[in-house]
Amino acid sequence: MSSSYLLQAENISKSFPGVKALDNVQLLIEKGKVHAVMGENGAGKSTLMKILIGMIKPDHGSIMMNGREVTFHSVHDAILAGFSMIHQELLPFPELTVAENIFMGREPVTGFFGWINRKKLYRDAGKLMEKLGVSIKVNRKMKELSIAEMQMVEIAKALSNRAEIIIMDEPTSAISGREVQVLFNIIRDLTKQGIAIIYISHKMDEILEIADTITVMRDGKYIATHPASALNSEYLINLIVGRELNAIFEKRNTNKGEILLSVENLEGEKFSGISFGLRRGEILGIAGLMGAGRTEIMEALFGLRRIASGTVYVKGQKVNIRSPRHAIANGIGLISEDRKHTGLVLSSSVKHNITLASLAKNDGVFLHPDKEKKIADAKIKEFNIKTPSANQVVNFLSGGNQQKVVLAKVLLNDPDIIIFDEPTRGIDIGAKTEIYKMITALAEKGKAVIMISSELPEIIGLSDRVLVVRGGTIVKELKGEECSQELIMQYAMN
Amino acid sequence: MSFAKIKSPADYFSRYGIFIALIVICIALSVATPNFFTAQNMLIVLRQVSINGILAIGVTYVIIAGGIDLSLGSVIALTGVVAASFAHPGTYPLLVPVLLGLLTGVVVGLLNGLTITKGKVAPFIVTLGMMTIARGLALVWSKGRPVTNLSKEFNFIGGGDLLFVPVPILLFVLVIIVSAVILKYTRIGRYIYAVGGNENAAAASGIRVNRVKLFAYIMCSGLAGLAGIVLASRITTGQPNAGIAYELDAIAAVVIGGTSLLGGRGSIAGTVIGVLIIGIINNGLDLLNVSSYYQQIIKGVIIVGAVLLDRRNAR
Repeated sequence: MSSSYLLQAENISKSFPGVKALDNVQLLIEKGKVHAVMGENGAGKSTLMKILIGMIKPDHGSIMMNGREVTFHSVHDAILAGFSMIHQELLPFPELTVAENIFMGREPVTGFFGWINRKKLYRDAGKLMEKLGVSIKVNRKMKELSIAEMQMVEIAKALSNRAEIIIMDEPTSAISGREVQVLFNIIRDLTKQGIAIIYISHKMDEILEIADTITVMRDGKYIATHPASALNSEYLINLIVGRELNAIFEKRNTNKGEILLSVENLEGEKFSGISFGLRRGEILGIAGLMGAGRTEIMEALFGLRRIASGTVYVKGQKVNIRSPRHAIANGIGLISEDRKHTGLVLSSSVKHNITLASLAKNDGVFLHPDKEKKIADAKIKEFNIKTPSANQVVNFLSGGNQQKVVLAKVLLNDPDIIIFDEPTRGIDIGAKTEIYKMITALAEKGKAVIMISSELPEIIGLSDRVLVVRGGTIVKELKGEECSQELIMQYAMN
Repeated sequence: MSFAKIKSPADYFSRYGIFIALIVICIALSVATPNFFTAQNMLIVLRQVSINGILAIGVTYVIIAGGIDLSLGSVIALTGVVAASFAHPGTYPLLVPVLLGLLTGVVVGLLNGLTITKGKVAPFIVTLGMMTIARGLALVWSKGRPVTNLSKEFNFIGGGDLLFVPVPILLFVLVIIVSAVILKYTRIGRYIYAVGGNENAAAASGIRVNRVKLFAYIMCSGLAGLAGIVLASRITTGQPNAGIAYELDAIAAVVIGGTSLLGGRGSIAGTVIGVLIIGIINNGLDLLNVSSYYQQIIKGVIIVGAVLLDRRNAR
């Protein structure tokens, strides 16, 4: 019954200069099913989705909707054919209301002059929200909404477009556990109405929970499609990575040394009463929900936010950190959670990004291009950064490789205290494992590591101690052996 | 600015497109008029572009750092009248008007830069304000009248030849070399690209962003001061109404040269080519007796066309 497929995309190929992004890929989607697409960054998922949503055209291949061949010349065509996409980074009109956002470009109009029929606009938007079973007032401004709520609005928009297939790209990357469950309930409702979901995510447990079918891609090629019920996470990882992954988290020597960093009663705009110590060779995990103040505390320690009161000691010396410059000078390094915002100069080359933070230390007024090139090449090798050359503009690298560039940059200054904020967000399993190894190696070399993460397995797997942050204060300190996901969540959520 | 390795003719064109355009324009004009490609005319072109060239190099710093400077035309007038009023024959040695002209430019740059960094006002607004402030100061200083009767030595800067080459051209070349070295081979140059490309990332890398911006605005207005001295010397007058809308030609040259108005991307070489394209088109259209009305239209089309080409190449 091959015609039972809602979408049949077959033999899809797409090349970009120098890269074969997709090589004879297929994707078969059934009505009313959640179909997960998995693969490492650079596996070709995004390219395939961009083709389905009409953003780019394939070089070869056919796309059949309901057994009829379709060609998209624009996103508009794809939407008319029944596709909608909820992007990872939502792009709403912040000053407009929920209803206006939903019907943007398709407002109901009346009369000769085409006045917008506001009454109908809000009534229709309200009905959509009701259908979704969410209680977001449609006259609220988009900017007042949380990310999870914005997603609901995007889904409502897809429904109003009569979407038959909704593509969700990493929908849970920025929402909390409870919100994920709300989203999953809505997804289940949608599938009951016959809508198919293409679900893209790196999160194994979520995929196994929500997906009916899983397609795995690797290096631009189609690998396999299986019913989710026939898969477990180890097998899935093998499919994705294409090699056996030994235990992701290795045991390491925990040789703790003297106290490198000590914080007393730190207070700032979004946190207060923060006190903790950190020893050489130690990995300190910082857990908590989104918005609990974890990032703010660490940014203050790095001089990106103002410290209102409290004391910071580095190697027993009282220090006054007013800017990242002071932090770096005191041997603190930060790998920020938002590499595009605070990590990288996207328009510059890999080389220039790697050396950016250490020019002040290594060069005088004039730069040393030969030395710089040598350093960059060495770091590219050491960190296994996949780039055609050190001169490649960093914007063209995949997420995992960009993250490694940030890491190389920060570590080039040889900091003693290294803060990782969500070091593996949005990067694939292969790169994740590499980053775990690097973190472990740093601790073994006698560095002190702080790691903020929302992924509990990685916090528990790596940390010697975990601080749970809620409402801007540390609510609990858990020792390595007493850590469990349940316990952390219990303190994080109260 | 770095580029990936050249692999195909398309890559080649995207890297050297503007340069190729310059050569094509030159060839076309050589065919169209016999007077174009002569040593004498080339010197004329170079002398004509040197003032816009110095300005354009200056504003390249600011644009790569992610800012903009609209006050250049007025700064030219202000520095010109200040320098001229100390350049009457038999008053001060030549160094005095030159240094005071440059210093005036530097002070304007410092004010622009401080208002933008410490005051956190948008560069467009600050320099728009400075555009009328500096113009007003030039008129106040000169009491609205041209400052004439300048010394021979002062007039040599804009009108004299050294080793058969007009002095403005020599100054322009000097500015090109120094700026190319600063942007490519010094730490502050690298920081300018970083700040323009991503201010937050630059700050998180321990760069003192405000100082970098200040440097860019001071270089920009300082070079405008130099251009003001050259212009006053060339027309042997400190003219408070000189230089109106000069900033537009300078910014146009930078943009034609492939420097992104978003910051973080661009080069001195590009700006020089942009300056030459504008100068050669002006000169060529003059030689062809095209009316100045049409010249304006053609120039505008070229500015937008160049950016359009750049856009397409930037994928």
